[in-house]
Amino acid sequence: MNDHGTKRWILIIGSLSILLMVCALLALRLGSTRLSTAQIFDALFHDRDSVTASIILGIRLPRVILAIAVGGALSVAGTLLQGLFRNPLVEPYTLGISGGASLGVCMAILMGLPALMGVTAYPLAGFAGAGIVIVLVYGLGLRTGRLQPNTMLLIGVMISFVSSSLVMLLMAVSEQDDLSNIVFWIMGSLDEPSPVLIRLVLAGSIAGLIIALFHSLALNAMVLGDDEAALLGIHTARARKILFVTASLLTGLSVSAGGIIMFVGLIVPHFMRMVAGSDHRILIISSFLAGAGFLTFCDIVARMVIAPLELPVGVITGIIGGVVFIYVLSQKKVAL
Amino acid sequence: MTDPFLDIAALSCGYGSQVVLRDITFSVQKGEIVTIIGPNGCGKTTLLKTLPGLIPALAGRVTMQGQDLNTMPRPLRAQTIAMVMQTLESIHMTVEEYVLLGRLPHFTAWQFLENQTDRQLAESFMTFTHIDHLRRSPLSCISSGERQLAGIAKALVQEPILLLMDEPTSHLDISHQAQIMNRVKTMKDRYGLTVVMVQHDLNLASEYSDKVLLLDKQTQTVFTYGTPDTVITRDNIRAVYHTDVVVASNPHSGRPGIFIKTDL
Repeated sequence: MNDHGTKRWILIIGSLSILLMVCALLALRLGSTRLSTAQIFDALFHDRDSVTASIILGIRLPRVILAIAVGGALSVAGTLLQGLFRNPLVEPYTLGISGGASLGVCMAILMGLPALMGVTAYPLAGFAGAGIVIVLVYGLGLRTGRLQPNTMLLIGVMISFVSSSLVMLLMAVSEQDDLSNIVFWIMGSLDEPSPVLIRLVLAGSIAGLIIALFHSLALNAMVLGDDEAALLGIHTARARKILFVTASLLTGLSVSAGGIIMFVGLIVPHFMRMVAGSDHRILIISSFLAGAGFLTFCDIVARMVIAPLELPVGVITGIIGGVVFIYVLSQKKVAL
Repeated sequence: MTDPFLDIAALSCGYGSQVVLRDITFSVQKGEIVTIIGPNGCGKTTLLKTLPGLIPALAGRVTMQGQDLNTMPRPLRAQTIAMVMQTLESIHMTVEEYVLLGRLPHFTAWQFLENQTDRQLAESFMTFTHIDHLRRSPLSCISSGERQLAGIAKALVQEPILLLMDEPTSHLDISHQAQIMNRVKTMKDRYGLTVVMVQHDLNLASEYSDKVLLLDKQTQTVFTYGTPDTVITRDNIRAVYHTDVVVASNPHSGRPGIFIKTDL
């Protein structure tokens, strides 16, 4: 890292931040009522009682904040897991966390919990499901006090299969109303009515980012392998545990608030590795910013395409992300 | 005689219940180059990895300057011991980023970026190992010999007092072999660096080492330890490697050299 490198980092962080702000501003402006930038600033800083203000503060801003929090969290989780497992195909959902969350939500819907407790039943059930999977993968992956990456991956993949089979089984026997609820939740949406939950996800997401950055140097060393990292003074067993739990909680939190939003955690880290390089210090920051911007953008598309109806944002991220990624890969001459 | 710099006492190495080496005892003086030789599978790499505790010792102890390496704090160990691995995985990281990782043990608690010293050291050791022109190349795009040079640069950037090397010249052509070994000797002469390495090439071992440790696969322990003259002899080689060779002295250095006998 020389002066040239420092300038490059500042440039990357700066341009990604601007991109994120542009996406956020667009998301605040676009919708059934189009607003000007002036109106938005007015509503945010001066007149908090107008109709525009209630649209901005009550509907659009929480959604933008959730998109930033979830997009950032999923991308950071993906970056951490790809580094930890030294495998570019790993993503937050590979470890079965999303499967556990969907199964939890599915069971909650079938048991009629939403009717009993209101909408908070979804995130609670989702987080419970995700939590059980995290404990399972962590517990079963722990051998003689160390986490075994390959064992954990296999267990995660198997849990994914089992839980998606169970979800399908439950869907097959559920009633029409429940079925559409389940499908809609699984496909992912950023329409989250609880401001408490949004704040919680945002706080968790930023906390996760900070923990990840704190361990970014250790991650850089761990990419070389456990022996090399240990020789550089890294407590690999401990770092792996902390980072795995961090990535899992980020994923669990995102899934319970936004449902299953595909591809963000896989594609954003890849893109950023091409743009920013493999140094986790810059990779983690840029993944957070890019993931937040990408999800905010996809959510605009999801809201606008067939307005006033809404498409599930998870479908949009999959289509846009997947197509763009295949295009970039086909243009790239060297292998990853 | 002064206290040895590195003292290995009754060390047993292995993996769990599988013992590879037992009762290894030898000591290394400061500024010596010691080479571990022995047949394939006799446990050379296992021994080398057991010294800094990468593989937990089954019995015995390793002390450096009087301090037990087992109880030495992790950060201090990383600041004093560096190791060059035999193979370096081809990962997507530039040579410069990789070499700079060697500065990690010297980072202060809240340091996030490399400082001027870190960059200068990386710069000078990349020049020292002749890889400065590759600084922006990913490790996955350079030859295995160049990767080995990068591994050595990274280890030297760590500013160790003990350097462990696992077959540092295995992927190198003869000019790079000589270059690397001459560099190691320079480091030893200039900074009093102590080096323990594993070497397959008996002639390189003989030429550059102050002491040679010959391991025997059958008895799973040290066959003999001493200067190249006393260790690399026809009888010792035949006993350990089961191969008949001719030993003659190198006309330039006077050290023993090995010649293979063909079945004619």
